[in-house]
Amino acid sequence: MDVTVDLNVNGRSTTVTTDPDRPLLDVLREDLGLTGTKYGCGEGQCRTCTVLVDGRPVTSCLMTVSRAAGRKIVTIEGLAREGGLHPVQEAFLSEGAMQCGYCVPGMILNAAALLETNPDPSDEQIVEWMNGNLCRCCGYPKIVAAVRRAAAAGALSRRGER
Amino acid sequence: MSESTYAVVGTRPPRHDATDKVTGRAHYGADFQLTGMLHGFILRSPHAHAAIRRIDVSKAEAFPGVKAVVTSADLPESPEQMVDIGEGAMPLSYIRGNMLARSKVLYKGHAVAAVAAVSPHVAEEAASLIEVDYDVLPCALTVEDAMRDGAPVILPDLRTKEFGEQTGRPGNVAEHFRHVLGDAENGFTEADLVVEREFRTATVHQGYIEPHATTVLWNEDGHVLVWCSSQGAFTVRKATAAVLDLPVLRVSVTPLEIGGGFGGKIRIYLEPVAALLSKKSGRPVKIVMSRQDVFEGTGPTPGSHMRIKMGARKDGRITAAQAYLAYEAGAYPGAMVAPGAMCVFAAYDIPNVVIDGYDVVVNKPSTAAYRAPGATQAAFATESVVDEIAENLGLDPVEFRLMNAAKEGTRRADGPKFRRIGCVEVLEAMRNHPHYRAPLEGPNRGRGVAVGFWFNVGLASSCTISVNSDGTVNLLDGSVDLSGTRTSVSMQAAETLGLRAEDVRPSVGDTDSIGFTEVTGGSRTTYATGWAAVEAARDVIGQMKERAALLWETDAASVEFDRGVFRAGGRSITFQELAAQLDETGGPVVGRGAVNPSGAGGSFSGAIADVEVDPETGKVSVLRFTAVQDAGRAIHPSYVEGQMQGGSVQGIGWALNEEYFMSAEGAMLNSSWLDYRMPTSLDLPMIDTVIVEVPDPEHPFGVRGVGEANIVPPPAAVSNAVYRATGVRLYRLPMNPVAVMEALWQKESEPGGGSLHSDAAA
Ligand code: FES
Ligand code: FES
Repeated sequence: MDVTVDLNVNGRSTTVTTDPDRPLLDVLREDLGLTGTKYGCGEGQCRTCTVLVDGRPVTSCLMTVSRAAGRKIVTIEGLAREGGLHPVQEAFLSEGAMQCGYCVPGMILNAAALLETNPDPSDEQIVEWMNGNLCRCCGYPKIVAAVRRAAAAGALSRRGER
Repeated sequence: MSESTYAVVGTRPPRHDATDKVTGRAHYGADFQLTGMLHGFILRSPHAHAAIRRIDVSKAEAFPGVKAVVTSADLPESPEQMVDIGEGAMPLSYIRGNMLARSKVLYKGHAVAAVAAVSPHVAEEAASLIEVDYDVLPCALTVEDAMRDGAPVILPDLRTKEFGEQTGRPGNVAEHFRHVLGDAENGFTEADLVVEREFRTATVHQGYIEPHATTVLWNEDGHVLVWCSSQGAFTVRKATAAVLDLPVLRVSVTPLEIGGGFGGKIRIYLEPVAALLSKKSGRPVKIVMSRQDVFEGTGPTPGSHMRIKMGARKDGRITAAQAYLAYEAGAYPGAMVAPGAMCVFAAYDIPNVVIDGYDVVVNKPSTAAYRAPGATQAAFATESVVDEIAENLGLDPVEFRLMNAAKEGTRRADGPKFRRIGCVEVLEAMRNHPHYRAPLEGPNRGRGVAVGFWFNVGLASSCTISVNSDGTVNLLDGSVDLSGTRTSVSMQAAETLGLRAEDVRPSVGDTDSIGFTEVTGGSRTTYATGWAAVEAARDVIGQMKERAALLWETDAASVEFDRGVFRAGGRSITFQELAAQLDETGGPVVGRGAVNPSGAGGSFSGAIADVEVDPETGKVSVLRFTAVQDAGRAIHPSYVEGQMQGGSVQGIGWALNEEYFMSAEGAMLNSSWLDYRMPTSLDLPMIDTVIVEVPDPEHPFGVRGVGEANIVPPPAAVSNAVYRATGVRLYRLPMNPVAVMEALWQKESEPGGGSLHSDAAA
């Protein structure tokens, strides 16, 4: 039985009428056209499908759309702020932290969540936090470097604000 | 062009497509949408080997929301022919048979039927209503099973080809070939030490994160339009047209972004099926594989059974080598044993060699290329034996390799003589690297080394460059961009034209808009498509010289071009200034480059690995890893490093964890990433990279492709390190904890077997 679900995606409210048990991933991609969120396995093993739900990284292939109702969802399309890329996007770009790029949206959202809670992580903390995000092009060294760079940029801008 | 004159080559500009990849705007295979699009689902065989008695699709056809159902009966019949499927050819009947099974299913996951419906969910549910009656047959899952007397016959019409001749013998061996150089028997009698060992490696998957995805519209005008993620649009076009028995002109393929391929997205699986569904339903059809479909329904890389025998004199000279290589082809012939045989001893100058290769069909998915296909298995075996000989002769393993290293003029057993290659330089860089001399302390730790070789295939590439009035250029080429080749190709054009990398706007053309271009594979794109871009840029320069000559009322031959400036008779004009005057001097300038180079000398790669083995659990941890590779000339050093790190990590995964774990009935028991463990960032050490540059003498910038050779040495280097750490040599991949523990226990139970020892000596 389809139901109506209220979603808040990238700061905008929207409703979808759908099976409440459908994965959020499918609803984002198929119903809302937000194809920046990628499928890799559908069972929580690759985190390619990561989105932020109330600021926390969530594998959208495992979250049902009904459980996402009413919560703040941010996808890769909603991360860039007016007038520019998010510092983590900036850092992945400058570091060249991508080969095929398929894992990159999930990596960036997960890194953004890390820096939100821990603005100055150590390398070990970065590796630990990013560990579940698979990259088969195996650009892990550059990905860790990009997160480090984003953290440093954040520290700089905080100093500038003071 | 001397090195010092390069302004762009060797620098690290940002990727042209980077922004789209960090914002989620880049369109990959599954992201494409068309109005009225249906979703396809493929029903797959639950059995590894069975005869199909009957397929009844009536219930699926009647299911609400279903618009079309197809089986192999919907495929056209046409005379047998060999079809080029990128990096090799295959009989059309096999390609069709793999697309939708005809009278038999040959592996679990073999496609049997397909449904198109209004949603993926409806399509999947309807597919479950298709009734298939199977007669289950016994299966053969390894080369040893399949070569045994009385083994189940997988392809009834298959006859063994031996030494290039048809034997008429039925069985599962599709081909047995032999390469001979010198007199191996005699060579072994000259040796003071002969070592012979037997090796096995498991089936592994390329593991790209993006599953195969395609959208096809069989248009009302009879034209088939394809949008898909693949390693080469022209190969998809050729294979799709052949399966559907259409002229290539009736098929157009638009390549979308690709989320990893590593060789596994050269062959096609979905396009003709989606086309047939579209033809029946009159609507566009999209099919996206699940992860399980990718594991069970696409081509992994062959498992292998190998024997290597090598002999050397006390002075360290290898006198003879012999290889027996039997690779699992999967359901249809075509195991990558031929390239394996070309690479097995390629790093060495050995006077007497005999190599036997066997291409063997088994009840597993039809195998496909995976980064240096066939070479990694072979190098695991050879480099283990080389390591054992070096140790027995009391020689440093890198010095021993250097004493026997292949050079320009060395003849490989399969015939060709090497052109200028960098094997010696790679080994020297390993020897000179601080990692190699650094002390490695602590118990259960060891250091291993290995080298490996892979080709640069060359092959056809096309490129056009259009000059804009502001002096920027648009570049169009036919190479799908797997990892930054838009930029590495553009940089070669920019260097030639005296422009900056950001003055070039690259795009990848579809099959209607650009000349024929082979797949992105075989380490060829930066090499061959880069070469095509240089040719196109030279064509632009030639045409612009004529324009300058026109302005100056002189002869085009007297106009010179250097670093972005045209000069003649004391006058000069910049590329930008001249670009602004194209309208007045005859109209647009479009340069074209079309090349078909025969390939560079190939690329050598080396690995130094430090490991620690946990004697309680058998877990192997890689502590430090250094990859060395000959790039000829690194166009964009960051991307070269990225390739080296990527290949190293995939090689480490192959060495330690990855494996198709099969039930006796031929079901893959770990067809998910929960149980098929690929390396994650926590599993890995820092991976140091050393780029060696021995320029290819023929390429305009000396490029050698770097995409593949880097995966070849890691499994052997890790295995040699495990041996140095434990005193136990493993002869099978993967070296997972169970395998390591078994080897340790076996050693302890043997007379003279001891406990783990620490041996830092490399
Ligand atoms: S697709 Fe969600 S974790 Fe893999
Ligand atoms: S860049 Fe290809 S999967 Fe990460």
